[in-house]
Amino acid sequence: MDAILLQILNGLDKGSAYALIALGLTLIFGTLGVVNFAHGALFMIGAFCAVTLQRFLSLSYQTVSETEKDFLGNPLKVETPYVESWFGPEIGASIIDWSTPLAILLAIPIMMLVGLIMERGLIKHFYKREHADQILVTFGLAIVLQEIVKYYFGANPIQTPAPDALSGVANLGAWFGLELAYPVWRIVYFCFAALVIFGVFAFLQFTTFGMVVRAGMADRETVGLLGINIDRRFTIMFAIAAAVAGLAGVMYAPINPPNYHMGMDFLVLSFVVVVVGGMGSLPGAVLAGFMLGILESFASTTWATTTIPGINQIIIYLVAIIVLLTRPRGLMGRKGVMEE
Amino acid sequence: MLGLNKKDMTLLIAVAVLTMFAPFFLNPFPTDSAMAQFNAGYPDLMQRFVIFGIFAIGFNILFGLTGYLSFGHAAFLGVGSYAAVWIFKLFTYNVVPAILLAVIVAAVFSVLMGYVSLRRSGIYFSILTLAFAQMMFALAYSVLSNPKFNLTNGETGLQVYPNDPQMFHPEGMQDFPHLFGLYMNSTYTMNVGPWAFDFNTGYYLCAVVMLAVFYLAIRIFRSPFGMMLRAIKSNQTRLNYTGLNPRPYTLAAFVISGAYAGLAGGLMAAMDPLAGAERMQWTASGEVVLMTILGGTGTLIGPVLGAGFIKYFENIFSKINDAVLHQWFAFLPDGLEDFVVFIIHPFVGKGWHLTLGILFMLVVIFLPGGLVEGGQRIGKWIKNRGKSEDSDAGPKTEPAE
Repeated sequence: MDAILLQILNGLDKGSAYALIALGLTLIFGTLGVVNFAHGALFMIGAFCAVTLQRFLSLSYQTVSETEKDFLGNPLKVETPYVESWFGPEIGASIIDWSTPLAILLAIPIMMLVGLIMERGLIKHFYKREHADQILVTFGLAIVLQEIVKYYFGANPIQTPAPDALSGVANLGAWFGLELAYPVWRIVYFCFAALVIFGVFAFLQFTTFGMVVRAGMADRETVGLLGINIDRRFTIMFAIAAAVAGLAGVMYAPINPPNYHMGMDFLVLSFVVVVVGGMGSLPGAVLAGFMLGILESFASTTWATTTIPGINQIIIYLVAIIVLLTRPRGLMGRKGVMEE
Repeated sequence: MLGLNKKDMTLLIAVAVLTMFAPFFLNPFPTDSAMAQFNAGYPDLMQRFVIFGIFAIGFNILFGLTGYLSFGHAAFLGVGSYAAVWIFKLFTYNVVPAILLAVIVAAVFSVLMGYVSLRRSGIYFSILTLAFAQMMFALAYSVLSNPKFNLTNGETGLQVYPNDPQMFHPEGMQDFPHLFGLYMNSTYTMNVGPWAFDFNTGYYLCAVVMLAVFYLAIRIFRSPFGMMLRAIKSNQTRLNYTGLNPRPYTLAAFVISGAYAGLAGGLMAAMDPLAGAERMQWTASGEVVLMTILGGTGTLIGPVLGAGFIKYFENIFSKINDAVLHQWFAFLPDGLEDFVVFIIHPFVGKGWHLTLGILFMLVVIFLPGGLVEGGQRIGKWIKNRGKSEDSDAGPKTEPAE
């Protein structure tokens, strides 16, 4: 029982990342009809927002300490981050400590801006062209974004720790009388993902803007004929999708130190998730994301890997192949949408 | 001649001349001159030109003719490499059986993958091939290299060890792939004045193979089968209504291109008896897509051009560093020189992929027909300009097809 619960928990955090990226991909596909191969790069940029903020906050100046001496007897040089001198040492230190969650505030505007520029600058011109062309140009864009990040941040993963208060291990099982210790940050990640997903759904469901967007997803032309500028709303949805991917990236930074190719690694899997969930189905993407995450973690147990060696590596692809062949519209895809 | 029309024959002969005399063409600068870094006439790079040319020609038969965009072709290349190295390990260093087996194994794999993936089209096909290839990569990288059953040797890559059986490897032969005694790494260097030209056995083997498969590709392009594939690209629904089943044709195209990829993989292993899983990763598949698009999808010569272009500039750009840049722009005033170098710096050296990505995007956006279309456009522009000067500009009528 403990083992099963633990595997489900293990699956949840990876599953939340898949779900968030897949949600954005589906949003873009459902609204604009564009297959965005650069979505993984957006995830990666989000993670590097966390890195950037952490570095920015840790900027410090040197002072020569009058009282302390280093081991050679010279006056000790002390590095003091600017934030500590502005806000006092305690508040300053805790600001630096909480830089990753704070990066959310930075990531939302940045990612929306990146999304807007991407849509207006590039993807706008590809609505009328074939899916193959869309795949190719966004693939090129993904390479470019990835190389730019590599140029500025280097090729090595960058450690981005979670705040001290959230980086320990929580004994979840204590509530249920089970032995179940689990890293706090992963639980935070899952809750955060759930919050973002609910936010997006609520936005689409309960606001006028969201209603128009849903109407546009169902029948773009008619909405246009009603005198609504649907293109502008779709552009904003693209920005929101970019922000969702970015947020997924920011919060994932402590789990997996960001490196420049993390986006590509997640992209392939997220596509698989979208396909399993059903192209253009938002609940499908979320469901498939969590499901595949959990499935993957079950396949990684010793029992599974000794029964079928390597199953943990291929399970997601296997599921995707089976789903595509037996139910091409995906688990929750609408009938008749992209069933070829 | 050879069942080709005049235009195709000219093309084939041009390619033949270019590949046969490539050691001259690619080494236009004397060895000691400052421009020598632009020379590409050394064996390793020339081999890569033609091997990736083969790979791209094969990919173009699938993507260019049928429009099915596969993101998993590198898997066949990897499988071919593994097959060839296993022949080296178990039997002999002769490259003929190795390359044959590479082609066969890749074809078998592509039959399996194609049979399943081709049930879907468009983006689903891309994702299915991607999933298959990633699956094969993951297996080759981890599981198939366990101590009990070591098929791929995982991260280290498969290579020939001294204690391998090599049953038909005669005593006294060198431990390197050979074609009936001609070693693939044997190079004859011809010195003409300040120039040095390398003639490498391996390169010529690859070049001859490439000419053969290029000829085959021309025949496929011009055959009724090729017409059928184009019909699938232009309108598959109509084809269905005509009562034709496109699947056997697409499967055949898929297997042919898979076999081409396997051939490229086999040759790659023959040039350097080593096979690693990273050859199968999806970024490697992306690379061949780039080559084909950059050269010109659906054209005969395009993929070869694209492969040569990418491999050449990969090599050249990677070698340029700040010192070289400063040397080039030394004629500028100091501040301006530093500024220009600062601007160019991210795009050269390690930044080659950045340049490649930008270039690729530009091609997809502005020049969907690739370099070939670019060439045609320039040709047309020159022609039209000449015309408008000596003939009065009246409304021109285009003849109907």
